[in-house]
Amino acid sequence: MADVIDAVLRCLVVLGVFMVVPLVIGQMEHKAMAHMQSRVGPMEAGGFHGWAQLVADGVKFVQKESITPVAADRRVFELAPAVALAPYLVALLAIPLGPFFGQGNLIGQDLDLGLFFVLAAMSVGVLGTLMGGLGSGNKYSYIGGMRVAAQLMSYELPMVLAAASVAMAAGSLSLIRIADAWEPWWLLAQLPGMVVFFVAGLAELQRPPFDAPLADAELVMGPLTEYGGMRFAMFLLAEYAGILVLAALTTVLFLGGWAGPFSDDIGWLWTLVKVMAVAFLVIWARVAYPRLREDQVNSLAWKVLVPVALAQVTLTTVLVVA
Amino acid sequence: MTYGKGLLQGLRVTLKNLTRRSVTAHYPDVEPDLPARSRGVIALQEENCTSCMLCARECPSWCITIDSHKETIPATTEGGRDRSQNVLDTFDIDYSLCMYCSICIEVCPFDALHWSPEFAYAEGDIADLTHDMNRLREWMWTVPAPQALDPGAEPSKELSSWEAKAAQEEAE
Repeated sequence: MADVIDAVLRCLVVLGVFMVVPLVIGQMEHKAMAHMQSRVGPMEAGGFHGWAQLVADGVKFVQKESITPVAADRRVFELAPAVALAPYLVALLAIPLGPFFGQGNLIGQDLDLGLFFVLAAMSVGVLGTLMGGLGSGNKYSYIGGMRVAAQLMSYELPMVLAAASVAMAAGSLSLIRIADAWEPWWLLAQLPGMVVFFVAGLAELQRPPFDAPLADAELVMGPLTEYGGMRFAMFLLAEYAGILVLAALTTVLFLGGWAGPFSDDIGWLWTLVKVMAVAFLVIWARVAYPRLREDQVNSLAWKVLVPVALAQVTLTTVLVVA
Repeated sequence: MTYGKGLLQGLRVTLKNLTRRSVTAHYPDVEPDLPARSRGVIALQEENCTSCMLCARECPSWCITIDSHKETIPATTEGGRDRSQNVLDTFDIDYSLCMYCSICIEVCPFDALHWSPEFAYAEGDIADLTHDMNRLREWMWTVPAPQALDPGAEPSKELSSWEAKAAQEEAE
């Protein structure tokens, strides 16, 4: 019985994190992006500096009509938002938050193949956007969907190579053991890998500057063109949940996870702080850089990121063997 | 090393903005700080108006409607001649047509029209955008005082002649 309660409790905590942290990241994006552009962002909703803006947005989305275009592939179209969102929740189950006041590591379920599992789940999330693109019965959506496919193909490789480099250095695929094996000098030795992982993650999430599939100036909204109401909201939530998963993975793999002073007690807090810092980087990149053209997106992956990732793997191999 | 420079610049500019105060004007909460001669709304000093119709004729968008009648002022001295004077009946400005060109104000020979910086007079009904004489007169209270003269500038001729006349009357 205690096992069941334990499992349910862990699931509820993960679900809570999944529902709350992406909204915090979304709000941070609203405000940080605004101030980076000399604006103030939402100021009215909720009274104090528009803290309830995303809640208000959610209420608005719920009220909207759910429309399925006649030309759409109905099943695929309606299923796509769920396919986009659910994998990130699944991925979050296997990502450790760190020690919680000496109560052991805060994690949904520790897996021996944790890294493998999380990366696989992240790729499935992208399939949701692809389904939306191909199932909408809209040319813009279709082109956007093809771009998603091209991007997924290109960036999966450098991302997995960079992650493999850390796994090799730590000698494990378990996320907890990778973070435990982490040492500060890895910050330097794994720096190219970290950059590759972060950039490839951005591209996988189709975050600006890698949002060529959405590219509102040329493709309306890419695969999301025909979506509205709750389904659109789910895609949006998936985007922010994706940022959370990417930031958490970057933290656990490359930034030592809960490593920091008093990490036995407040390790989970260190992880959260680092996750928010990486999420801020994601937002910062969006504000600072213009969108890459479609050919630039792919040449960056194959001509820069893959060679760098391979070099990183080689370097790590030498370090581990030596 | 020109390749990475732009990337760093992008980060630097956005971070600098983040640390500065934003330039947003918080309008409904904070009244805007308008320049002294802002073209907000046209005010009518009804007492100065002679119904000469110059403004209505010059208005490029035909937004001014004027109606007046003549009144006779009886002669003040025995055997004198009666004078006639124009009295305004209607002076409407339709702000749904007005293009804020300021020609009516420039052309008015008796300074009956003035700019006021008040701008918040939106209406739910387009008919309410036509301000009548009384409403235009009310705007007069919001017209700012004329700009001060430059230091060392000659005072205006009207003022100096009025002062000279007053001094003369004082002496008599």
